[in-house]
Amino acid sequence: MKIALQVNGEHHSLEIADENTPLLWVVRDLLNLKGTKFGCGKAACGACTLHVDGEAVRSCSYAVKFADGKKVTTIEGLGNEEAPHPVQQAWLEHVVPQCGYCQPGFMMATAALISKNPKPTDEDIDKNIINICRCATYYRMRKAIHRAAELERQRLSLTPKNIENGEE
Amino acid sequence: MAKNKISRRKFLVRGGLGTIGVLAVGTYLFRNPIRRQIAGALNTADTPYLGDTSTPVIWFEITEENIVILHSPKVEMGQGTFTGLAQMAAEELEIDMSQIEVVHAQSISGNVDSFATGGSTSISALWVPLRELAATMREMLLQKAAEKMEVEKSTLTISQGKVYSGSTEMSYAQIAEGVVEWEVPDTPKLKPVSQMKWVGKPVPRVDLADKVFGAPIFGMDATLPNMLYGSVVRSSKIGAVYKDADISKAENMPGVVKIVKEDDFVGVVAQSFTEAENAKNAIEVTWETTKNWQTQDIRSMLEVGKGTPFVIQKAGDVDDFLADDSTVESSYWSPIGAHAQIEPNGALAHVEKDKATIYMSTQVVKISRDEIANRLGLAKDQVNLVPTFLGGGFGRRLHTPNGIQAAVLSKAVGRPVKCFFSRKEEFQNDTFRPPTHHVLKAKLDNDGGIETFEHNVSSGDVAFGSPMVPGIAEPILGADLGAWRGGMVQYGAIPNYQAISWRVQLPFATSWWRSLGLLANTFAIESFMDELAVKAKKNPADFRLAHIQKDDRGERLANVIKKVVEVSGYKDELVNNRAMGFAASTDANTPCAQVVEVSIEHNEIKVHKVTCAMDPGLVVNLDQVKAQCEGAIIMGISASLFEKMEVEDGALTPTIYGPYQMAMMKHSPKEIDIILLQGADAPGAVGEPPLGPIGAAIANAVFRLTGQRIRRMPLQDHLQV
Repeated sequence: MKIALQVNGEHHSLEIADENTPLLWVVRDLLNLKGTKFGCGKAACGACTLHVDGEAVRSCSYAVKFADGKKVTTIEGLGNEEAPHPVQQAWLEHVVPQCGYCQPGFMMATAALISKNPKPTDEDIDKNIINICRCATYYRMRKAIHRAAELERQRLSLTPKNIENGEE
Repeated sequence: MAKNKISRRKFLVRGGLGTIGVLAVGTYLFRNPIRRQIAGALNTADTPYLGDTSTPVIWFEITEENIVILHSPKVEMGQGTFTGLAQMAAEELEIDMSQIEVVHAQSISGNVDSFATGGSTSISALWVPLRELAATMREMLLQKAAEKMEVEKSTLTISQGKVYSGSTEMSYAQIAEGVVEWEVPDTPKLKPVSQMKWVGKPVPRVDLADKVFGAPIFGMDATLPNMLYGSVVRSSKIGAVYKDADISKAENMPGVVKIVKEDDFVGVVAQSFTEAENAKNAIEVTWETTKNWQTQDIRSMLEVGKGTPFVIQKAGDVDDFLADDSTVESSYWSPIGAHAQIEPNGALAHVEKDKATIYMSTQVVKISRDEIANRLGLAKDQVNLVPTFLGGGFGRRLHTPNGIQAAVLSKAVGRPVKCFFSRKEEFQNDTFRPPTHHVLKAKLDNDGGIETFEHNVSSGDVAFGSPMVPGIAEPILGADLGAWRGGMVQYGAIPNYQAISWRVQLPFATSWWRSLGLLANTFAIESFMDELAVKAKKNPADFRLAHIQKDDRGERLANVIKKVVEVSGYKDELVNNRAMGFAASTDANTPCAQVVEVSIEHNEIKVHKVTCAMDPGLVVNLDQVKAQCEGAIIMGISASLFEKMEVEDGALTPTIYGPYQMAMMKHSPKEIDIILLQGADAPGAVGEPPLGPIGAAIANAVFRLTGQRIRRMPLQDHLQV
């Protein structure tokens, strides 16, 4: 099956023998973007979380056929050292990662959360951030999520559209 | 100490790709406390370094950009060792943190730790040796700069990776350029801590950006051109021995390159991970099994009294009190625990005619390398083990047959093969934290003081049976040092006490799990201490303080207890439906005391706040020591409240996150207050000690909330609602 994907802004046209191949392996092994991790293969840990059309998706259990024609964003496309995404900026400020393996999944889940809810409460965080971190960096992560939301609100308030409209 | 001197003739320099000068030092002995114990009986004044000394090994490189690259003999698994080592080296090298990078030493060129990365020993073991190496290199650079500038060495100044003579300056890279012979000075005097610029500071992790921007740094991420994917069939049954396999269905499945049948396993090599997994699942293996084990069998084997006892600690006279009617006795249990690290075990192997390169996440670089060399029939120096960043260690990567399997598959197809565990295999074929049973006995005197105390711990093996502790060491050690970790009585003012370790060999693999026996032993001892305090009608912290001996170790323990009580405002009564719980432990000379604030909401034990006072000696990185405490505390909450493996019909279960319940964001306390005391001049253990008190502290709080004394972990399972 021919699959058309836009990954981190780049268009790819791929010939995939098995359309049920998890998106994770297409991203990791065909496109060589290793930031999205394999943890369990059953959508139970969230290490493989990426965005499909802006929605957080656990890509180990998401057949590539469902991503056909859609926009995929991975940790590599979220931001970079020169222009970190607010989530990455907050993660840097709070020095969240320990082993770091699960962190891209958490950052992608957080980016999706704050894009919909730029002022999440602790309860919102508990309900929405349900990945697993064995180093148990949750304590700093919670602080970083609040900080990321704060940075995101600042970013939104500075976009030209909002300035023109006189919005906060 | 003579053995801490650097061997002069081993310092040499050689050119390297992309580097101007490579400074290398060979034989350098450093020994960590665990190995010291193991080798204790064999220890002589001049024990040789156990690594390969036939070829020079690289500690530091200087790049053209004047960056110093430290080749770490310890692996980075999240504990922050790379950052601490960089701080220590930068101190003596007189460079900024921006001028140092850390990589894993490869077995072929680097200093391979002959034991392991583990036991909370990396920073403490390298504290002196690494700074001596760095200081020696600094003096070599100064000497060479003096020659090149044609001035006296004593007139030079040094700062931020540059050497100055008046208005002339040379970077380290410029100094090293073209040098073929170096003069190695005697080991210089080290800078006193009071003059240190980086040690003690909360500098950001050196691997922070890689981990925030998704760099491919883990074993799972390793790739090579022309690479294939491997998968090995692993039994779900305890004690199953591979006999034979029917590969007829699997052979012709899509993507299959080769099915590899060995005497001890069968594996698949395929074009992709999913094709390898699919073909593996189509292989029908004949296993030889013995017994259909159940949880009850294990529990029955484990009862104190059934295994082999070894007295690990004894003071005063405990023999008479056992028959006494006034003896208080309690029994505690802890379950089988899984490592559940998120990066599965795996390896990328490329085996060629007379060499092999293996990329993998391992805590035992040398053992992994040696095992692979043995299996392939190669000499050890023909195998280059390239350690990658570990997606969690926790002791899981101290057994590494996955490296051998990847190598065998690669050899069979003559191409690089990446091979790793499925999650089901990770859970079923783990080397588990052993379950434990504890029997505690004590007698109180008329004033409510402890007169006699006994701790029995019965556990599956931890250190024994592992590749790091050869069988011949067992009689020297007597008892399993992993199983009894945290099992000794830390209250030396009790007149009569003893601790007994009972060894039980379980039918499945049990091994090192972060903090080893500390989690379970402290849960049992500190819950029992709380029982005694309640019985004696004493404040639990005061009760402990009254039983601490007056020596340095006792003083440090007393100090963390007093500090945690002061900062947490510990109260023995409920406030706003929350109870506080207290516990303390001493692990690897690091005392730690914790107070938790707990409530029960919707029948769930909820930890709101943890105050932790710990004395790990000198702190190298303030932020990362705190990070280790925070992580260990929440991992300890996870293990104490939720985690357990069962044995059902001969298999370990469950085999997936969720059913294997772990702490998540919603279970994590919103407040964690870490207070660090410094009762020693050098760095001590950090990564494991804070796992000690948490289980007992929670159980002690639950007792104050409900009157229930829960004596089995996981606590949530045994809460009566």
